[in-house]
Amino acid sequence: MAGLGSGTSPRLAGFVSLSLLVFVAVIAASPDPVVGANETLRRPSGDSLEDSHHHPKNSTEHRKAFPVLAFNYEHVSKPFVISLWILLALLMKLGFHIIPRVSHVVPESCLLIFVGLLVGGVIKAMDQTPPVLDTKLFFLYLLPPIILDAGYFLPIRPFTENMGTILVFAVVGTLWNAFFIGGMMFAVCQIEAAQVGHVDLLSCLLFGSIISAVDPVAVLAVFEEIHINELLHILVFGESLLNDAVTVVLYHLFEEFAHEGAVTVGTRCSGWSRFSWSPWGSHGGRHLRRPGSLHVPLYVTLAGYRAPLCLPLQLHGLSLCRGLPSVRDHVFDCMWCNYAALCGSQHLPQVLHHNKVLPEDVEQRQRDTHLHLPGSVDSGGSSQLELDLCHLHTHPLPAVQSAWSHRSDLHHQQIPYYQTYQKRPVHCGLRWLARRYSLLAGFLLTDTEKKDMFLTAIITVIFFTVFVQGMTIRPLVELLAVKKKKESKASINEEIHTQFLDHLLTGIEDICGHYGHHHWKDKLNRFNKTYVKKWLIAGDRSTQPQLISFYNKMEMKEAMMLVESGSAAKLPSLASAASLQNTQQRAPPKRVIPSISKTREQEIRKILRANLQKTRQRLRSYSRHDLFSDPFEDNMSEIRFRKQRVQMERRMSHYLTVPANRQETPSVRKVWFEPEHKVYTYDDSESPRDGAALETPPDSVSLLSESSQRPGQSSTVKKRRRC
Amino acid sequence: MILPPPCPAPFGCGSGRRGLEAQTGSTMGGAQTRVRQLDPDLLERTGFSPEQINNLHKRFQQLSENKETISRESLNRIPALANNPIRSQIVEAFFDKRNQHGSEVGSLEEITFEQFLMVMSHFRPPTLKMTDEEKEAARREKLRFLFNMHDTDGDGTITLAEYRKVVEELLSKCGTIGQEAAKEITDAAMLEVASTNAPHMGPEDFYEGITFQHFEQILKGLEMESRMHIRFLDTATMHCGKS
Repeated sequence: MAGLGSGTSPRLAGFVSLSLLVFVAVIAASPDPVVGANETLRRPSGDSLEDSHHHPKNSTEHRKAFPVLAFNYEHVSKPFVISLWILLALLMKLGFHIIPRVSHVVPESCLLIFVGLLVGGVIKAMDQTPPVLDTKLFFLYLLPPIILDAGYFLPIRPFTENMGTILVFAVVGTLWNAFFIGGMMFAVCQIEAAQVGHVDLLSCLLFGSIISAVDPVAVLAVFEEIHINELLHILVFGESLLNDAVTVVLYHLFEEFAHEGAVTVGTRCSGWSRFSWSPWGSHGGRHLRRPGSLHVPLYVTLAGYRAPLCLPLQLHGLSLCRGLPSVRDHVFDCMWCNYAALCGSQHLPQVLHHNKVLPEDVEQRQRDTHLHLPGSVDSGGSSQLELDLCHLHTHPLPAVQSAWSHRSDLHHQQIPYYQTYQKRPVHCGLRWLARRYSLLAGFLLTDTEKKDMFLTAIITVIFFTVFVQGMTIRPLVELLAVKKKKESKASINEEIHTQFLDHLLTGIEDICGHYGHHHWKDKLNRFNKTYVKKWLIAGDRSTQPQLISFYNKMEMKEAMMLVESGSAAKLPSLASAASLQNTQQRAPPKRVIPSISKTREQEIRKILRANLQKTRQRLRSYSRHDLFSDPFEDNMSEIRFRKQRVQMERRMSHYLTVPANRQETPSVRKVWFEPEHKVYTYDDSESPRDGAALETPPDSVSLLSESSQRPGQSSTVKKRRRC
Repeated sequence: MILPPPCPAPFGCGSGRRGLEAQTGSTMGGAQTRVRQLDPDLLERTGFSPEQINNLHKRFQQLSENKETISRESLNRIPALANNPIRSQIVEAFFDKRNQHGSEVGSLEEITFEQFLMVMSHFRPPTLKMTDEEKEAARREKLRFLFNMHDTDGDGTITLAEYRKVVEELLSKCGTIGQEAAKEITDAAMLEVASTNAPHMGPEDFYEGITFQHFEQILKGLEMESRMHIRFLDTATMHCGKS
């Protein structure tokens, strides 16, 4: 949706939104189905009654009262309302993106809340009961795609490297949050002046546990947009993923205590045991990314590449179905969804394209749906206090946490944590608040007055964080000059050395004899490669080492860049070349390269362009907030083109390219390193050299495999492609 | 923060240790006193703490079967290393004189504990209190170690053949596919180094090989000082006896 909004021209978008508006207006003009539910309900029943009356009468004659058009609202009410919601959300999002100035200042979440409020107000004005988001609906239907989305886009390497810190923030921090807020609230409630002395400790703790987990969706969106440095980003992201488990278990824990009436040692023990397991469950589900679930292999190997369109549905189906028994904890749900997501993300890259739209819609749906809060708002002075409390404590807390983690374990990190982490405000995203609201809706307190009070408090916190903090995050980040991500293009050298370093450090650890971080990571990788990948990934890609796939990707990108820049003179036309290294003899061998004729050039270009779309699809890289973040589309400026052209020129002037009569594409860069073959001369008329002499295969031959016209060559080309 | 390294069977370890001590009671004692004597010098040169040195010494004893020196065979015997694709290069790095912070070149046949420690000291994690210059120096030291690993003939440049060997070793576990691709990858990598560091090469020049400056340049983005380290055990635990 985001991509759509930003990609289309404003006029087209305006037209689309206008038509949608008209559509919605038409629907609204006719008796508003949401509002007029009662009346229309009566009408169809009335109609059907009449019809049944008429039928026996007119059965013998023509049925003149045959209903051509009847309002049968009750029949379609549920799906109709749902689709109307989605439509409304889409419309709002579209409108939001058309007006860039608004989107820059106000985050999307705010606008959607506003819309929700409007709709809620309308419903209230019609004296209807608004639909309430209940726990079951939320946890079983709405939450899984969201978690899927989050798990899918998890960047695994920075995540595992910083796992410890993330866990500290997620588990310890959330626990501290919950107990501190609960405790403080109880303390405040004891004060005579507030007149809320009737609130007991357990409810306060329950409330604290609900509100304690933070979910910085808006912050993450801003971070993504400004390309903030990886470390900060992954910390915030990782924490938001993992702290839900803690919260949910805490909530259920307190809920059970509330049921029990008395807190015994037994319940305490069981509570702690369950609690200590759950973050690992949630974390484990995410961390065990490579070993897939039982269902995924089946789907993947069956579907393979043949039916890529099915895959998103399968993945969503997976996330919705529960393979594990315990639904009660909801932790398993999170875990399961993440399992599916993380497996899927490695093995089903095509899924992303379709996967993107759904969770966003779902999120919007939630935002609108649950925001019929006006009905339950209770004007209590206590809520103000609670709001203040929440904010009072939540700001120093991350500072403390970050200072601690900085001191204790992060001596090897570059960035002074506490400085930058303080800058990350404790934002509450809408995903979070949906959960909280749904939990509260099932709040099992006997006292409705207390329930309303807590609800109000939560709503106030939500509004405050979303509106105030949401709007200030971007200027704050810019003001504090948080470190941005280094602009570095993918370098094959870095990749080689990253892998080398992994192996080196694992080896050194083995020599030292202790099982450290690298040891386990290496074990996991090997397990993944030997067992999991074989069954999960179709075709030869399963055995492809990472370095090679990285290299292929890079080469394809370069080739496409070359074609796109449309440099006319860049095909080999040089008379001489330099060799990089010749260990046997120092003098550079003499080489002469022919120039490719113009027609040949055209042919080549045509073939390359034809293949461009297909390979482009595979190379598309997705980010979480932007559907079409294609690296090429970013850089399509004239200056960049020129620079690329110059670079290509320079490269071409240094290195040989393979002669044209051997294959049909010019290789982008060709480097000759033959110590054993010293002199070559070519011209167009010469027959192709025999294969044995060709030491270094063309880099971009993989592009050719689809379109190779020479059958004899295609097999070798295909073979190369498997590299 | 790295997850604390779990020793799989701490209780089994205890008995193992007792057994080892019973066997080598006197030698252990003697070795211990010797280590303590050298401590101040070692501490300074390598930067380890006394506990870390003791732990490493125990490990050294295991590897060398209580002799004074270890050879390549004793390192090759470590079972966990068998799966490592760059095993031979790692082992070779221990016997490389250039990693001893001296100016000699060549390789040794056997190394003593001090030399073992010197090599290990390349993998120390950076401390909180390091200044920028110290960090820079640490980074250069680590990069130097890597460079020495690649530059097997010791001439100060990584030639294409040497680099190709590195990549081949990395891909050695994936059969023939890896071997073919290794050439392509190496070529591309060298090209990248050349174009980054010597963009104004004329048509008649050729690129000799990667010098240390170029090497530093291309790996600038990797932040070696924070990535290339392992966690050395501080506490006086005995890791499970695995030779």
